[in-house]
Amino acid sequence: MTTTDTATSPVRRRAVDTAQYGFAAFLVVVGAVVVHDATTLDKGFADQPVQPYAVPYLVGGVLLVLGVLLAVATARGDVPEAEEGEDVDLEGGSDWVTVAKLVAVFAFNVAFVGWLGWAITGAVLFAGSAWALGSRTYVRDIAIGAALSLLTWYGFYVGLNIPIPAGILDGVL
Amino acid sequence: MDLLLEGFQTALTPTNLLYAVLGVLLGTAVGVLPGIGPAMTVALLLPVTYNVSPDSALIMFAGIYYGGMYGGSTTSILLNTPGESSSVVTAIEGNKMAKAGRAAQALATAAVGSFIAGTIGTVLLVLLAPTVADLVVQLGAPSYFAIMLASLLAVTTVLGSSKLRGFIALFLGLAIGLVGASTGEARLTFGQPLLADGIDVVVVAVAIFALGEALWVAAHLRRRPLEIIPVGQPWMSKKDWGRSWKPWLRGTAYGFPFGALPAGGAEVPTALSYLTEKRLSKHPEEFGHGAIEGVAGPEAANNASAAGTLVPLLAIGLPTTATAAIILLAMQSYGIQPGPQLFDNEPELVWALLASLFVANLLLLVINLPMAPIWAKLLQTPRPYLYAGILFFASLGAYSVNFQAFDLVLLLAFGLLGLAMRRFGIPVLPLIIGVILGPRVEAQLTEALAISQGDVSTLWSEPVAVVVYVLIAVVAVALAVNAVRTRGSAAPEKEEVDA
Repeated sequence: MTTTDTATSPVRRRAVDTAQYGFAAFLVVVGAVVVHDATTLDKGFADQPVQPYAVPYLVGGVLLVLGVLLAVATARGDVPEAEEGEDVDLEGGSDWVTVAKLVAVFAFNVAFVGWLGWAITGAVLFAGSAWALGSRTYVRDIAIGAALSLLTWYGFYVGLNIPIPAGILDGVL
Repeated sequence: MDLLLEGFQTALTPTNLLYAVLGVLLGTAVGVLPGIGPAMTVALLLPVTYNVSPDSALIMFAGIYYGGMYGGSTTSILLNTPGESSSVVTAIEGNKMAKAGRAAQALATAAVGSFIAGTIGTVLLVLLAPTVADLVVQLGAPSYFAIMLASLLAVTTVLGSSKLRGFIALFLGLAIGLVGASTGEARLTFGQPLLADGIDVVVVAVAIFALGEALWVAAHLRRRPLEIIPVGQPWMSKKDWGRSWKPWLRGTAYGFPFGALPAGGAEVPTALSYLTEKRLSKHPEEFGHGAIEGVAGPEAANNASAAGTLVPLLAIGLPTTATAAIILLAMQSYGIQPGPQLFDNEPELVWALLASLFVANLLLLVINLPMAPIWAKLLQTPRPYLYAGILFFASLGAYSVNFQAFDLVLLLAFGLLGLAMRRFGIPVLPLIIGVILGPRVEAQLTEALAISQGDVSTLWSEPVAVVVYVLIAVVAVALAVNAVRTRGSAAPEKEEVDA
């Protein structure tokens, strides 16, 4: 009975998707954080029938279980169906370098949007993303980025009455 | 009827008509871009409508909505690989037709079919939604609680191949929905005051749909560009009309009811429509080589189901598809709460919205048929610019909500989550619905128990609630039996852990 697995199933063994253990671990961590946060809530704080900690206990607990289930499924050879799309080529492998570059460009935008203002960081975001994605026409990329960020800034300010903070260009724009 | 006429009066003022045209153009232009489905289209264009007056915003939004839907089907006909599950079926025959030099006819039957299905669907919506709202308004918190629970479970289990992954998405969404101090105590805010009001659902939606998708595509960008089929002016011969009109009507008949069910979505009705047309067709040999019926039926089903999803959305406040979820957010951002009281509280706005659905539908036909060759050119947008643009507009959208860089941090974090979900095959819809409905489920439960003073039996004290629980039980048993059966028959070959 111990070796029935190989005996009864001549099917090729699927490679275990080890990265999926990482996602399972992520679920366990999120579940643990939710449950831990629930324990810090004041018991009997409110007189409402559903205490604020009730639902977090449930959600966090289920997330813990789901994380374990996903790990078990992974060990049993469960492979995810990655998402297809118009521009997605799943056969070529994953290019995480591009993703890292995009995240870096985006992080720059997050860090400096308050100080430099959208008109500048938006342009950097566009040009930098285009560069990360393989565009090598630097001047044109920056020009398009600057045009987009200025147009959206003015469009939001004038057209939609949404005053996006101008940052260091305050007074210039 | 008078109300609807008043609605048309609002919708047809020159300003609002202009907004409708603008909405249709923007919606189609963005929706036609590859990699951008209807849900992402409406999410990205949401900020544009923020500071317009509510009636103009709603009218513009109706245009964006229909434009985005139509743009999506154009993409799937001219490029073979559809991004949206609802366009998968359209692409089967549509792309074959395009390859056989009949792209013009495929686009024409899709456009006219969408128009007819959308118009019939909107008529049914006008007739049904107020009636449903009248019924729903009499329900108490226990029934609401049951209906929302059923809808959460349905969205999680009915679609997608892996139930485990559906539940993972749902509970991640519920966890996100917990953040904030709405219950009186700060939950999961980690002492961060910016989190006290909860995480803005718009930020989550834009992150998961737009940023996650752009990052996912960036990791797998096609090295060779896809072949795009050139297209001229869409038109149909008399024979094409003759072969199309029945599939349009049958597709509508499938689409609307499925859309109106709380487990809505266009996947099931489009597939049913395709199978029906294949069986009824006088040219079954053409199926698989570009049969016009195979485009006409599913495309009509797709649009009719979109109109159908507006019934639970407007009458109960229950979003059942990703696009409906974003529309709900949009309406809330205009200060309108969809739900049974909507027809009493905001009659002018609702009827203006319903009227503008008709207007947008007509505009779509009038504008898009002649402009199809221009839309097709958009498919050639260089990919670096396309995805850089998505990142740009996603950031702009998230930033313009509160002008907090912190929202951009959240956008990036949830964008990375969206990337991981695509990598591990986790569906995104249950997450979004979980974020939106989670807090409301908790609120209804609290309200029900507060009225009954903590007596749990109140939860099954209303007949509607009991019926809903019985339905949930029946479906759960059916799914379990089905899972056991497939496991028994095709054991080691199939993925084992499916349930």
